[in-house]
Amino acid sequence: MIEFLSVYAENWASWWPQIAKATGNTILLTVFSFALAVVIGVLLALGKLSRIGLIRGFCTAYIEIARGVPALAILFLIYFGLVPLGIVLDAFVAGFIGLGMSAGGYIAEVFRAGIQAVHKGQREAALATGMTPAMSFRYIILPQAVRIILPPLLNMLIILLKDTSICSLISTPELMLRAKDLAMMSFLPMHLFLLAGLIYFLLAWPLSLVTRRVEAHMRRSLRGA
Amino acid sequence: MGFEKILNLGGPLLLGAVTTVEITLVSLLLAIVIGLGLALLKLSRFKLLHWVIDIYVEVFRGTPVLAQLFIIYFGLAYMGFKVSAFPAAIIGLGLNGGAVLTEVFRAGLGAIHHGQREAALAVGMTPWSSLRYIILPQTWRITLPPLGNYAIALLKDTAVVSAIAAPEIMFYARNLVTSTFETTLIYVLAAALYFCLSFPLARLVERFEKRQSAWQ
Amino acid sequence: MSQPLLQVEDLYKSFGSLEVLTGVSTTLERGHKTAVIGPSGCGKSTMLRCINYMETPSSGHIYLDGELFGEKRVNGTTARMTEKELAQQRAHIGMVFQGFYLWPHLNARDNVAIAPMKVRGMSDAEAYELADAMLAKVHMSHKAEEFPERLSGGQQQRVAIARALAQEPKLMLFDEPTSALDPELVGEVLKVIHELAEEGRSMVLVTHEIRFARDVADWVIFMGDGGIIEEGAPEELIAKPQHDRTRAFLRQILEH
Repeated sequence: MIEFLSVYAENWASWWPQIAKATGNTILLTVFSFALAVVIGVLLALGKLSRIGLIRGFCTAYIEIARGVPALAILFLIYFGLVPLGIVLDAFVAGFIGLGMSAGGYIAEVFRAGIQAVHKGQREAALATGMTPAMSFRYIILPQAVRIILPPLLNMLIILLKDTSICSLISTPELMLRAKDLAMMSFLPMHLFLLAGLIYFLLAWPLSLVTRRVEAHMRRSLRGA
Repeated sequence: MGFEKILNLGGPLLLGAVTTVEITLVSLLLAIVIGLGLALLKLSRFKLLHWVIDIYVEVFRGTPVLAQLFIIYFGLAYMGFKVSAFPAAIIGLGLNGGAVLTEVFRAGLGAIHHGQREAALAVGMTPWSSLRYIILPQTWRITLPPLGNYAIALLKDTAVVSAIAAPEIMFYARNLVTSTFETTLIYVLAAALYFCLSFPLARLVERFEKRQSAWQ
Repeated sequence: MSQPLLQVEDLYKSFGSLEVLTGVSTTLERGHKTAVIGPSGCGKSTMLRCINYMETPSSGHIYLDGELFGEKRVNGTTARMTEKELAQQRAHIGMVFQGFYLWPHLNARDNVAIAPMKVRGMSDAEAYELADAMLAKVHMSHKAEEFPERLSGGQQQRVAIARALAQEPKLMLFDEPTSALDPELVGEVLKVIHELAEEGRSMVLVTHEIRFARDVADWVIFMGDGGIIEEGAPEELIAKPQHDRTRAFLRQILEH
């Protein structure tokens, strides 16, 4: 055990700067993918409500495909598969676009479910008061939907954090790739992958605690609905 | 152009699909066994047991599957335990899934009103019988949708085991690309193949979810 | 002769092949109170909801203060208004629902004040003043800061009444306001409605509380199978029903 841990002490000086930088990239990657996924999710959710059949169909198809195809397959398609068509993307860009497009499908469903979860009677009461549909959405439905949507949204953030590791397979310079490279060079896979796992855990766990807190809070404040 | 090419590429990909399905099924089984087992264990009063199970769940849900796979495949080899790709994939995905499903089964068991268990004991059933004839049959019904959704997620996760050289779809796809250079077509076919596998499952889960809400 | 406040003209409503209203007509004068009673499924709630177009009639017309409600005249015929146009008209009718439907993310005062603010464009100060006055009217001032989840059913319904009153409406519609309440909470809500009736509010009240209907209303309508079976002044209809069905219904209800 002591021997095992002493390896870390020996290599820390050379590992840490690289690991730290890679972790920074992982965080950036997570944030960008999440932002993209939310934007796509909102557009898809709105698109599904469109009166134009073509838009509705496209959004439904997109969501189905995003939920039925692995993120890795999408990443490969974007990073490698577009090259013959003339589109050569940087690994980081391909990474967050791929993850964002994939997660966007899920987030669209989260939005849709959240809005539908608000009891019909709430909208009726709003219309009866003389509010237009737009007003009822803005002042009554949306505030409540946001509370329902927040926990699954935070969950998605945690999932994206973990999924950034997949981008290592298209050589995005994030934590998993750095750990693998160092492992191959130093012949110390166990140490490095354990270290990587620990860092992911230290990033994800606080997020999941926050999510659980938010979940509990939301459940309390929606009881009257 | 196309059709013959697609057939030639499709062959190896389909072979990979078989492995994909195999890995999915076996890992799913392992995950269910672990998940259900741990959920049942959590019914006990031993605080220590709760603790250990919680740590397992937190760790495996809080770290990426890829890291877990690398540790099992590369890490264990370094420590002297050589694990080949297929078993490593099963163990990794199974352990990961077990953590997810522990929560699913725990919630399912908890959703059965405790009055049912009381009634079962009142008619003279043992705790084990009440579990077997009253609680578990109902738990299945409740857990089937989240279980189904997990199965779909698992199917997609198998793509990642290509990184430890398990011969599934993505693995064959990458090899094909290096030998034929039909990059775009191959990756589109691979994606389409996954979709064909997951789509029927997704519809099944949806159908079951609808039936569920009708019951409630 | 001044025109009635509300005219319901030949309402028909079908949901698919199910005919729920088969030609209902009635009028309501300003300051008058009409109670609508009848067995479950007779269409009384549907009729009420057609008045402010929460349900769109299959045919028939509604007139509020002589003006066509929910429809506009187009090329010699009528067409349903858009939701936006309808919203403006609905502001003149206050509706109280069986399920109260208070908005859970707003406290009682905000529930009452938000429509005056957003629909009628009042300033915050004016809206809150109005809200406080309406809450006082329903005896809920002491709970103005509470959220709906901490209020009992009867309290929630009273806040819902205050919310409708804050529209300063020409007409109040009550859709079985006490049917979802525990028995001991029914009284406080009926008391408030009674007070409003005494004030001279125009209202249409769909209810199961026959004795209450008799005390409060000056006209009672008994519905069955989507139509009006009998109507009249409460003393007459409830004490001396003409129709067999009315008699059977009242006997059944009043025996409890």
